Amino acid sequence: MGSYVPNSPEVQREMLDAIGVRSIRDLYANVPKKMFVRELDLPHEMSELEVRAAVTELAEKNRVFKTCLRGAGSYRHYIPAVVKSITSREELVTAYTPYQAEISQGILQSIFEYQTMLCELTGMDVSNASVYDGATAAAESITMCLERKRTRAYVSATVNPQVIAVMRTYCFGSGTSLTVLPAKDGRTDKAALKAALGDDAACFYLQQPNYFGLLEDAAELGGLVHAAGAKFVMGVNPIACALMKTPAECGADVAVGEGQPLGLDTAFGGPYLGFMTATHDMMRHLPGRIVGQTRDVDGKTGYVLTLTAREQHIRREKASSNICSNEALCAFTAGLYLSAMGADGLRRAAELSMSKAHYLAGELKRAGLPLLYRGEYFHEFVTACDARTAAAIEKALEKAGILGGLPVEGGILWCATEVVTRTELDQAVEIVKEVLGK
Amino acid sequence: MKFPAELKYTRTHEWVKMETETDALVGISDFAQDQLGDLVFVNLPVVGDTVTAGETLCDVESVKAVSDVISPVSGTVAAVNEDLLDAPEKLNEDPYGAWIARIEKVSATEELLDAAAYEAVTHEEA
Repeated sequence: MGSYVPNSPEVQREMLDAIGVRSIRDLYANVPKKMFVRELDLPHEMSELEVRAAVTELAEKNRVFKTCLRGAGSYRHYIPAVVKSITSREELVTAYTPYQAEISQGILQSIFEYQTMLCELTGMDVSNASVYDGATAAAESITMCLERKRTRAYVSATVNPQVIAVMRTYCFGSGTSLTVLPAKDGRTDKAALKAALGDDAACFYLQQPNYFGLLEDAAELGGLVHAAGAKFVMGVNPIACALMKTPAECGADVAVGEGQPLGLDTAFGGPYLGFMTATHDMMRHLPGRIVGQTRDVDGKTGYVLTLTAREQHIRREKASSNICSNEALCAFTAGLYLSAMGADGLRRAAELSMSKAHYLAGELKRAGLPLLYRGEYFHEFVTACDARTAAAIEKALEKAGILGGLPVEGGILWCATEVVTRTELDQAVEIVKEVLGK
Repeated sequence: MKFPAELKYTRTHEWVKMETETDALVGISDFAQDQLGDLVFVNLPVVGDTVTAGETLCDVESVKAVSDVISPVSGTVAAVNEDLLDAPEKLNEDPYGAWIARIEKVSATEELLDAAAYEAVTHEEA
């Protein structure tokens, strides 16, 4: 941190003299005496050596599994070394979105490029500079679709339950009605969707691939939603976007998702990255910041914050969101990851994840764990078993340093990505066989 | 600055053109567009919405500000001028041609100003 300026006693003295007070305490002269905290209940100071030892001990309580066969919203993918090498540069290590934005042309350019790549990945027209995480992006996408006469939001039961929970929080706050539509055989029930959508329907949110890993018939569902005059929102896995029909091709008005698979560590749940993209028609409803490219007076390319009048500058009471920031370092990381992988690399990672998941599913079936649902899937799938068996399998795998699939209703939700090897998959299947007594 | 005599106006700088006894076109005045500067976006009202005189009809965004357009009359939105979505600058170029909404079943027109009275209002504000 070469540019770090310490606040030394000398510097403090100089500042205090400049404003004409004797001590820092004098600045609080107007605060009633009884409001002051006498003593904080904190341990004594430690040396750097001691702190490091204490924190290391704490960190060692975390169990990082060598083999991970669990996704359910967070995915372990290979992160090229160049990504961390660049993101750890001092000039770039900031979690903060730029204030006095236009003075920070470099970070604005990085956000612009991130936005451009997200648009290429989703096929959508515009992207914002990112929000906190995928669940936030999902909840914000509902707010984007609300109209005076369309105030009911619908979400499929095949969406990640944690995402639905965050949607509920947002909808509670905004007085929006949120209805979870039932699933049928692991996928959205089309008939239920069709029956539910009235002329007060604002939007329908679909996850693709869905929580159970299955591919939904997104284009057809989107057609039903549009026929009812509502907006179609898709929450997509960005890695899967390299292979499947883009949200734009499925007719989505808004496409959002969890950006963690794009070069971010699973890291016990954060910090993650919510991406938000939309059609041109929905552009003005996008929350948060948007970076645009323009030319300066000399005709040189420059970057500016654009279309953010409501949230931050001119008319805040008209805002439909209070997000004024972005997940700067994580968005930068995602942009770098996509650059390092390239379109072919990303497709390859997606193909490998998908084929390894299918290999695992085949082997588990042979071991006695059949698929719970039929239908196409990407890199996650559910095998059928009772809860007790699921718990026993999880425990046995854990002993061998393998984080097994997540026990869910009706079975286990497994995931495989390009980082697991065939040897690891075979080892896991052997353990499953033992548990099942085969 | 123009104040066509055949139109009615509000103190909040909207104009009304009564097309029939019950139907009216609504827009923003020459003075309003001049004060707002270059308009870049119009958030049109929704056809079928009931509007009330003195309450928000829609909003317009210029390079300087986002401003509410106050409904000059009560009634129901019968049509909106969708041309403005692609060409909001028409509000600057031709404020009295670029209508925003057609309101039907119009009522509450008693408070509207005639051109001379409205021009006086703009002199007070300018």
